[in-house]
This record gives sequence, structure tokens and C-alpha cells, in this order.
Amino acid sequence: MAKKPLLEFTDRGIYCAQGKFYIDPWKPVDDAVITHAHADHAYWGHRHYLAHYLSREVLLYRLGEINLQTVEYGETVLKNGVSISLYPAGHVIGSAQIRVEYKGEVWVVSGDYKVENDGISTPFEPVKCHHFISECTFGMPVYQWKPQVQTFNEINSWWRNNIDNGLATVIVGYSLGKAQRILQNLDLFNGKVYTHGVIENTNEALRRNGVILNPTERITQESLKEEVRKGIIIAPPSSVGTPWMRKFQPYSFGYCSGWMAIRGAKRRRAADRGFVLSDHADWDGLISAIDATGCECVYLTHGYTATFSRYLNEIGFNAREVHTLYGGEEEDPSNLPEGKASSTGDPEKKVLPLGEDLGGVS
Amino acid sequence: MKAFAQLFLSLDETNKTNEKVKVLKDYFNTVPDTDKMHMLALFSGRRPKRQINSTLVRNWAIEASHIPAWLFEESYHVVGDLAETMALLMPQSNASSSKTLTEWIAEINALNDKTEEQKKEWLMESWAMLDSQERFVFNKLLTGSFRVGVSQNLVIKALADISGLEPAVLTHRVMGSWLPETYQFSQLMEEQDAAANISRPYPFFLAYPIQETSEKQKTPAEVGIALGDAADWQAEWKWDGIRAQMIKRGAEIFIWSRGEDLATEKFPELHPFLNALPDGTVIDGEILSFQNGLPMPFNVLQTRIGRKNLSKKILEESPVAVIAYDCLEYKDEDIRYKSQAERREILEQLQAETAYPEIFRISALISFETWEQLGSIREQSRAMIAEGIMLKRKSATYQVGRKRGDWWKWKIDPLSVDAVMIYAQKGHGRRADLYTDYTFAVWDGDKLVPFAKAYSGLTDAEINKVDYFIKRNTIEKFGPVRTVKPELVFEIGFEGINKSTRHKSGIALRFPRILRWRHDKPKEEADTLESLKALLGE
Repeated sequence: MAKKPLLEFTDRGIYCAQGKFYIDPWKPVDDAVITHAHADHAYWGHRHYLAHYLSREVLLYRLGEINLQTVEYGETVLKNGVSISLYPAGHVIGSAQIRVEYKGEVWVVSGDYKVENDGISTPFEPVKCHHFISECTFGMPVYQWKPQVQTFNEINSWWRNNIDNGLATVIVGYSLGKAQRILQNLDLFNGKVYTHGVIENTNEALRRNGVILNPTERITQESLKEEVRKGIIIAPPSSVGTPWMRKFQPYSFGYCSGWMAIRGAKRRRAADRGFVLSDHADWDGLISAIDATGCECVYLTHGYTATFSRYLNEIGFNAREVHTLYGGEEEDPSNLPEGKASSTGDPEKKVLPLGEDLGGVS
Repeated sequence: MKAFAQLFLSLDETNKTNEKVKVLKDYFNTVPDTDKMHMLALFSGRRPKRQINSTLVRNWAIEASHIPAWLFEESYHVVGDLAETMALLMPQSNASSSKTLTEWIAEINALNDKTEEQKKEWLMESWAMLDSQERFVFNKLLTGSFRVGVSQNLVIKALADISGLEPAVLTHRVMGSWLPETYQFSQLMEEQDAAANISRPYPFFLAYPIQETSEKQKTPAEVGIALGDAADWQAEWKWDGIRAQMIKRGAEIFIWSRGEDLATEKFPELHPFLNALPDGTVIDGEILSFQNGLPMPFNVLQTRIGRKNLSKKILEESPVAVIAYDCLEYKDEDIRYKSQAERREILEQLQAETAYPEIFRISALISFETWEQLGSIREQSRAMIAEGIMLKRKSATYQVGRKRGDWWKWKIDPLSVDAVMIYAQKGHGRRADLYTDYTFAVWDGDKLVPFAKAYSGLTDAEINKVDYFIKRNTIEKFGPVRTVKPELVFEIGFEGINKSTRHKSGIALRFPRILRWRHDKPKEEADTLESLKALLGE
């Protein structure tokens, strides 16, 4: 009789029968281990949550009162003889790969990850395992990131230029991850950083969690347009084209996303500037990360799974596609521009304040 | 090349017209004159001859990228642009070339008599010499699809700002056939046009639609309010053929299509009448196929245009004639400044004198007293094999490009049918990596028969929703094409319908497009092939 695998892919999420827990389940379960706080990984409605301690305040802010246990990276939790430990995924602050071990068999669930050190999330750490469950949002060879310092040089000089030309500067990125990464890499000699309420809420949650972020000022009814114009505004994708954004006119608006690597995708966004900046691994990053695990088998959960698995098999890996709901609508670049698409179901809407972007990917 | 690559990048970095014009002006002010003319040629659709066929370029790019061919193809479908795909897939480079655009184009043109091996060597070396952005524009030069997202009008505006010449004058000067190697920037900029080439056409005057969208039909009363006194207007049928400008100058003849393609040899039937015209005459009109003195549907002409060689059979089956509707030059004088009524008189006189009235026809004026009357005449358009009615203000000059005010097209409502989407394919350019090209089917018994492809008509938000559906409801993949679960119903509009032996459904549509998404209709209620065929009107 074939041995039952330690982790299985079910219609609720990734399941460990031996340990009786799920990883990033999308339907309500008793026991959930969460890789990170993005909406397509951390759903509402589970009875118990386990996550990294730096995800705590954001999870509480996004999901309301939940029964949450947090751990440090490297710390081990036992569930029915199965040991669970978290390792940095480098995706956003508090994001983790989940290592699951039972009787010497090791599985790792990557959640979402990037290999470049962004200077704010704990850097990605490869974990040896037999089975690796990986994302591949940007699993096409056309996606190759430049070092982030180059992109931030572009962003900072664009900002300076806008100030010289009397334009307000609006930079768009997801509220958890991208927004803080931008914030920490802006040249504050240029001016002050203003934030959209949704982003400031996330910043405050992170600060409550002890994360030290550069100073920001929430935009309110009282904010003076002339002052804001001299600074930079960090806004979520859902604010693009809204009256909220239009009141800063004239402005130049930049969009930060991995999808910006493709000219057509950039033109579709109709952003003034598209900056290639992603919290996911690029093509080479994915391959090197998978290689570093030394795994026997890699399972691809979301992204260009068909193409990427075919290629991995050709170069000697044992790769297969699995069906999950990660990436949600946002796995498709087509659904990014408005940032309004919510695949995350009703439970989310009950908890989140109006206008929250449910954003995870990019 | 650096400057040209930077031009591309800067144009991509702004959505604002004024800034684009500024970027173009900066470019013109920094590069040598020969580069200016090459850029102008490229931006007005005059690309250098393709010296290496694109399969070879593609194969060598695959080699340079060290990836399997299938992965290159998949990447191409994600990027939606061959030149860009190649640039993205090649190993990063920090090299940079100081050769000018002119020098690069000269090198490309010099490949003409080189062997395949020499071409490959040159290409590999060239790629190694360029950085990613330069590679992208270089690949564009090689593969020739030069859509830049900047209209020729903007380039003209930048040149007009620099030179102080009128945009209309410049638009005219860049018409027709010229080579960037011989047409000098100083000639283009001259106060008085001395470089006029006898083949040069005038910019076409284009009509504005009265109905901006197919959803909102205008009543005759509304047309009346917008256009005023009916007596100020002349009306003609709007013919569905090929818009053309026919030139007789210096004992030579030239036929230009609206896409600025020289099509003289495509229409030998027109040569006798054109040769018989007085020198210094330019006529604007529509080329159509005729049978027994009646125009034939556009698809007859279309099959003919597609052919490389005009066989005797084709000439017999679909002979063409011209329906002339304007005269732009008469006795060597540019008469575009004269009124519509005056030009019409000259045209009528020319036509009256021709020995080939079957070939040189004239677009008859529709007599009408009131807008209501014209509205009911318009209803007969389909029977006239016309697309609707053209309205021209009697006092109007012949203008440049699509201008609001004096020329209007009042098209008839499209025919329409409700159909089910069954296949989808990714788009290109700004629709890259999005499923935007759909195939539609109607019922034939219990089977769905594909009958039309359509690319346009949905909003961006709707496209995103359809794309989302397709990615989750794919039954099969054939290369870039996905077979989709038949579920979504759309109303498809079209201008005409004809029998076709080339299509499975036995019919071919003219200008099919999506009118709207019928969320309210289940697939069972889509139309049938029978009901479509009933529209053939036999």
C-alpha cells in the first residue's frame, strides 16, 4: 500500500492528516497555519491560527478577533507528533515558509517568497526538504528583476523631478509589503511621506508589532494640498482613478509591480511610470530557491504553473502542478490594475474597513 | 541608437500629450538630420525592408537566450510583442553602442546581399553590442512591426512647433513615397515646398461619425439640430470599398490607398481612364467591384486584394471601377481651398468628359429636402450596398485628417446576432497576456458552429472579467488557443454577411465586433446558423 503523503492538497487547502492541521486554508477549518497575512493566504473563519509573531497585528487588524498563536522563526511547535517550524520567506514582513516534519520526512510550504533582501522583511532562507510546495507567480523567463537599488534610484529621481515640475507624486503599491518596502527606501531628503488611510492602518499595525518604519503622515480632510504636493503619497491600487486620487491633480502616478516588466501590461495600467518591483521571486530566483532545497519533488501552487513545471521537468527536477486558490484573482496581471477585485469571499468583507484593498500578490 | 532608444523609453514614460510632444521635440533637437528623417519614416509606417526573415531572427534569438524553443513561444504569448520578447530573454548586457540610427539602418540595408551565415554573425555581434532597451528598438527595426503608441499627428505637431510651418503643410509633405536616405530634413523644412514629388498624394479628409457608439442611435431630428439647415448639405451614399486617391501628373498615374500604399498596379482597369485625364488632376473616391453596373459586396474585392498576382479569372470575376466623389487638384492647382460645391462642379465636368463612364463613375447626390426625408432614404442603404450616408457641408474646404464639423458619416445600424464564445486567444500590445481575441459560435442543431472572430467592443473591466472566466474554464489548449466552456453569450454586430466557401459555417461577416455582453442570456438562447443565413437575403 502506498504511503499517504504527509501533506495533501484538498478543497480546503494544504492538509496534514497526521498533524490534523491545514496550511493557508481557504475554507474555515479548526487548525490553520498561516504563511503570511495577505488575504489569499490568511482567510477569516478558522478556529485556531498559528503564524509568525510579526504577522500578529496585521492579522488582528484584517481578521478581527481571532484565536492566534505566534512563534519566532526557527521555533518548533508540535501537533500530534508532527513538528512545525517557520523560516523566513522574504516576501513581506512576517512572511514565513512552513517546514513540516514527521518521522524524518520534511515538507516545506513556501507561501509567497522572494530571494532578494528588501531590507525590511527578514531575508529568504533556503530550507532543505524532500518536498517543496512553491509559488511561481512570475515563473516565466521574461521576468528578471534588477537589484532593487536601481529601481529605487529611478523612483527617487522621478520624485525629485516631479517636485521640480510642481507635480504631486503618487506611488502605488499593495498595503502590506510593497508600501513599507517603498517607504523604507525613499530618499527622505526629497520631502515628507504621506499615506492613504488603508496603508497607514497597516503601518500602524506593524508599528504596534514593534516594526520601526520611517515617519509617515496619514492624509485626511485637513491635509493641505500644497504641502502634500511637495512630498510623496503612497497609495493602494484600489485608489487609482478615484476622486480621492484626483484631488491631488496635477500629479504623476507611478505603479510598482513585477508586471511592469512587460510594456503591454504597463500601458494597460495607464500609469505615468511603471516601476518593476516585486515581492515575488523572478525566474532565476525561483529556480535557485527550488534547487537550494534539494527536494525530490516540487509542487507548484499558483502562477505560470504549466509552463514552469514543464521547464523544471526538462532540466531534471520532478515538478508538478497542483490546484489551489492562492493568487486569487490577483495571480492574473489582468486583475491587478483596479486592485478592486476581491476573490476572497464574503467573510473578508465583514471585517475589513470600507475601501481596504484585499491585496496580496505582486 | 542611444537617443532613439531613449526616445522610446521617454514616450513610454508619459501618458500626457504635451509631454510626448516635448519628448519628440527634444529628440529632434539633439539628433543629426539624417536620424530625424529615419525616425520620421519609422513613425509614419515606413520601415526598412526586412533583410532577415523573422523565423531566422527568432531562431537566433532563441539560441542567444539559451532556452528551449517552446519556452520562447510561451514567453512570446505572455509578452505579446516579438521584439520585446527577444530583448527580455537575452542575457543582460551593459554594453552600449554609439552608432546612430542612420548607421544602424544602413547596416541593416547592407545585409541584402549577405549570406545567411554572415547575417547571423552580424546579428549576434550586434545584440552583444547593445543594452536591453537598445536591443528592443533594434529588434523592432529588424522585425518591422513599428507601432509606437504615438500618432503621426504628434510627430507632426512637434515638427511644426520647431519649424513654424503649418501642421497641414507638413502632413502633406510626408505623404506618399519617399526614402529617408534621399529626402533631406532641410527640404522638409523649406519655406516653399521645392521637393514635391509628382507621386505625392494629399492627406485624406476623413468623416466623423454621427453616431459615436452603436448603442445610441441619432434620430433625424437630432441630426437636424446638430447640423442645421438641410439645404447647406450634400448627401451621398457611403460606399463600402477601398478609399483611394488617383493622381495623373506629368503623364504618369498613381493610385494611393488610404493606408498610403501605392496600389497603382493592383487596379489595371483604372489605368485607361486615368491616363486620359488632363495632367495635374487628383481625384478622391472609392474603388469597388462591379457586376452588371452594380457594386458588389466588399468581400469580393477583399479576396482580390489578397492575391499577389491578378489572374485573368480574377479580373473577370471582380472587375473594379471608381465611384469618384471629390477633386483635389485640377489643372496643376491644389483646389482643396475651394468649396465642396465648387469642387463638385469640377468633378462633374471631368466625369462628363471621360470616355470611360463605366469605370470613372461619380457618386450620385441624394436629393432631399428635410432630415426626416433623408432619414428614411438612409433605411435603403443595405439595398444600395452602401454602409449609410455621407454628409458634406456645401461650403466646406477639403481638410486634413479626421475633423469634426464638415464631413459626417451617418451609418446604418449594424446587423446583430447573439452568439456563444467558444475559443479564446491572447492579445498583443497592451492586451498582452490577456485573453482578448474570441471566436463565437451559433447553434446548428445541437452543435455550436464557429462563425466569427471579434477583438473589440468590450470595456477593459469586462475584458478582465472574461479573461478571468477563460482562465478558469478552459477545456483544452491548442498552442495559444484555448477551447472555453461554452457559457458566455455576446451580441455580435456586423456590417454585412456573405456566403463563403472558406469558412465552416458557410458565411463570412464584415466587421464583426462585440456590441455587448448578454449576461441575461443562457447559451441555449443564442441564435442559430439558420437565422444567420436568413440574413443573407436570398
